[in-house]
Amino acid sequence: MTGSRRGFLASAATGTAGLVISFHVPNLVRAAPRAAAPSPPSPNAFLRIASDGSVTVVLAHSEMGQGIWTGLAMLIAEELDCDWSKVRCEHAPAAPVYGHPAMGMQMTGGSSSTRGEFDRYRTVGAMAKELLLRAAAARWKTTPSNLTAANGVITFGGKTLTYGDISGAAMELPPPESVQLKAPKDWKLIGTTVRRLDTPEKITGKAQFGLDVAFPGLRTAVVLRPPAFGTKLVSFDAADALKVPGVEKVVPTANGVAVVARHFWAAKLGRDALRASWSAPEGGGASTEKLLTEFRELARGDGTTVVDTGNVQGALDLAASRCEAWYEVPYLAHATMEPLNCTVKIDGDRCEIWTGTQFQTVDQAVAAHILGTTSDKVTIHTTFLGGGFGRRANPASDFVSEAVIVAQAAGVPVKVVWTREDDMRGGYYRPAYVHRVHVGLDRAGLPQAWHHVVVGQSILGGTPFEKFAVHNGIDGTSVEGIADSPYLDDTRAKHVSLHSPKTPITVLWWRSVGHTHTAFAMESMIDELAHAAGQDPLAYRLALLKGKPRFARALGTAASRAGWGTPAPVGRARGLAVHEAFGSIVAEVAEVSVEGGRIKVHAVTAVVDCGTAVNPLGIEAQVQGSIAFGLSAALHGKLTVEDGKVVESNFHDYPVLRMFEMPRITVHVLRSDGKMGGIGEPATAPIAPAVANAVFALTRQRLRTLPLRLAKEA
Amino acid sequence: MKLDINGAVHEVDASGDMPLLWVLRDLLQLSGTKYGCGMAQCGACTVHLDGNPVRACVTPVSSVGARKVTTIEGLSPDGSHPVQRAWAEADVVQCGYCQSGQIMTAVALLQRKPHPTDSDIDAALSGNICRCGTYVRVREAIHLASRLQRGAK
Repeated sequence: MTGSRRGFLASAATGTAGLVISFHVPNLVRAAPRAAAPSPPSPNAFLRIASDGSVTVVLAHSEMGQGIWTGLAMLIAEELDCDWSKVRCEHAPAAPVYGHPAMGMQMTGGSSSTRGEFDRYRTVGAMAKELLLRAAAARWKTTPSNLTAANGVITFGGKTLTYGDISGAAMELPPPESVQLKAPKDWKLIGTTVRRLDTPEKITGKAQFGLDVAFPGLRTAVVLRPPAFGTKLVSFDAADALKVPGVEKVVPTANGVAVVARHFWAAKLGRDALRASWSAPEGGGASTEKLLTEFRELARGDGTTVVDTGNVQGALDLAASRCEAWYEVPYLAHATMEPLNCTVKIDGDRCEIWTGTQFQTVDQAVAAHILGTTSDKVTIHTTFLGGGFGRRANPASDFVSEAVIVAQAAGVPVKVVWTREDDMRGGYYRPAYVHRVHVGLDRAGLPQAWHHVVVGQSILGGTPFEKFAVHNGIDGTSVEGIADSPYLDDTRAKHVSLHSPKTPITVLWWRSVGHTHTAFAMESMIDELAHAAGQDPLAYRLALLKGKPRFARALGTAASRAGWGTPAPVGRARGLAVHEAFGSIVAEVAEVSVEGGRIKVHAVTAVVDCGTAVNPLGIEAQVQGSIAFGLSAALHGKLTVEDGKVVESNFHDYPVLRMFEMPRITVHVLRSDGKMGGIGEPATAPIAPAVANAVFALTRQRLRTLPLRLAKEA
Repeated sequence: MKLDINGAVHEVDASGDMPLLWVLRDLLQLSGTKYGCGMAQCGACTVHLDGNPVRACVTPVSSVGARKVTTIEGLSPDGSHPVQRAWAEADVVQCGYCQSGQIMTAVALLQRKPHPTDSDIDAALSGNICRCGTYVRVREAIHLASRLQRGAK
């Protein structure tokens, strides 16, 4: 596989236009568990122990729902042997010391926080414990080996000291060069069910999200942005906007107009009153319908070669039978619950930014570039993120750079607030893709030739990461999950190629990235082949997976737990899928019915092999949530552009999954010796094909386009 | 105008068409009530008026009158309301952004139906979107809160 989101390192960055970024580690999945920091981490950067014994864990990653506020703290606490009830967390500032161990830059994504930090955070905990023991030994004039520590208390003979008693002295000692980490059999916290540490503030309304930032003198801005992709601001008239009570200033942005007011409502009314004229969109304006027609045309021919083994055309010609299918997925918005926002306060050559971001290093560098200063003069306060899903990790740093420009132009501290409509129409979508898959089968119905063409925009192409993450014209995020499919080991002839057309529509990674469409194509096609061969979809898959025990085990466990092979309840049918993403294997069985022409998903059984499971309760939540996120795309999600303009605007015309559509979900986490994988994203990908395969079992309609729509006669 | 919010009377200077949501958030610094859509589609801004759940984003402040406003901050001083305790026990929250609205809707449901079925929950909570997909645990927590409330009486 070529580079992907989990495959870059940015160690230095100097702004949007001339962003200088260095990369290494093409695949965190393989590299992270061994990617120890080059020098021992400084415990003081990641951990504070106060005199009252409270332990503050400093998080190098952003909490956006995925639970690292708890999981990373567990890693430190495991080795520290502290009192868990006294552990709390805070987000780190943006600084080089908090760079991702495998990727260099400070960021959150690629389902990599827990596996990426597994060694560093445990090492910090072990180092801090060693320092506490040394300080206590010095106090008692003995050696650390004579002491025991548990639950935040150090014991020597009949004497005790709490961590709080000795932490001041301990943190002044030089950190040890190396420490011994616990063997897994000695873990007390890792692997146990631990409830979230951020619950108290999130059930009382006290948690601070970016949108909640407030301080004296702060103004709110709402920005008028281009109404269509490829348009430029020609002129604007602020007279009526300035008449709105509470509006204080109207300032231009890079390609828009910001209305700065005393509060959101005034700023919003002010923006409504702005008059602006825009250039006609380049090329007459993009249309997703036209683009998909072009994509289909492209898919008729091969693109840039990703994989070419054996003679695919020859093998297709010789095959006992052939099966061809096209799969399509639309553009998708992330639609995080908290619309985008960013607060900026500029003071001379210094700048403070408050925002929920997944991309601190890039945002910091971009802000510094705009202000003509250096990254160290830009302080980033990471708030809680009201959902991320990739939208808050933007190489173009759109919502941060814009806020810096507005604050600079306005000359006052400003919080830029995006309305829901702004957020939905603001670009940076999961790209649309077309897959054409042509498979040649032997007499037993097994694939001997696999010819696969993918068409869709490159996520990393055209970004500062392009030259490091796009290799030989292949953006790995466009094809991940195809060439490395576990089903194709015995398929002698394979040809996978990629077209990456450029369009004016801006695109970005979206929870589980390329797997969102490749799993749909692969697992739908495998299901089609099983039915074409007249075989049970489970048995057919297991035959292909005989050399892949982790996949076979996950799939087999999910199937048996879902009652595969026994009759489904009347009017329902089951479908299954298994897929690996971000180092974890997830199998899902969906049980569906069709009611009034609509697909209803009643139950999902999910089985996860993610290697070491740090917090099973958190894993269950991520799997439930990923399935809900994937079901939104399977049943509803479709972002449309006409004449360059985004048609959808809010949740009434861009529906997402609601409570009444949420299936019962059972999650089983396998005990596994496999390498640790990620868990924030992988369960998203299998649900669409699992549902489509169940719909086929029920109705004999093969739905190959997302969102899934039954023919009217069904 | 005067507003009765969480048991205290507040004097606010706002135009009558300003939504209650922005009065709470921007004029009174009660930021626990969230903005999600501005058109009563997502439920993140749910507050109670005399105990009934309403969408503050489409409630002009002039329409509130003498009715008592309850926000997430007014539910309990310390997160000890049975619904909040159930939320903690069931480990519901993820990003947390929609949870004030989910909780306020759940409290209103339980006042109306102390022992709701799954169908009751689906009907009452389907106006509250959660993009993290906490719905399964929201259901569990509401059933648990129902038991906690029964125990408390």
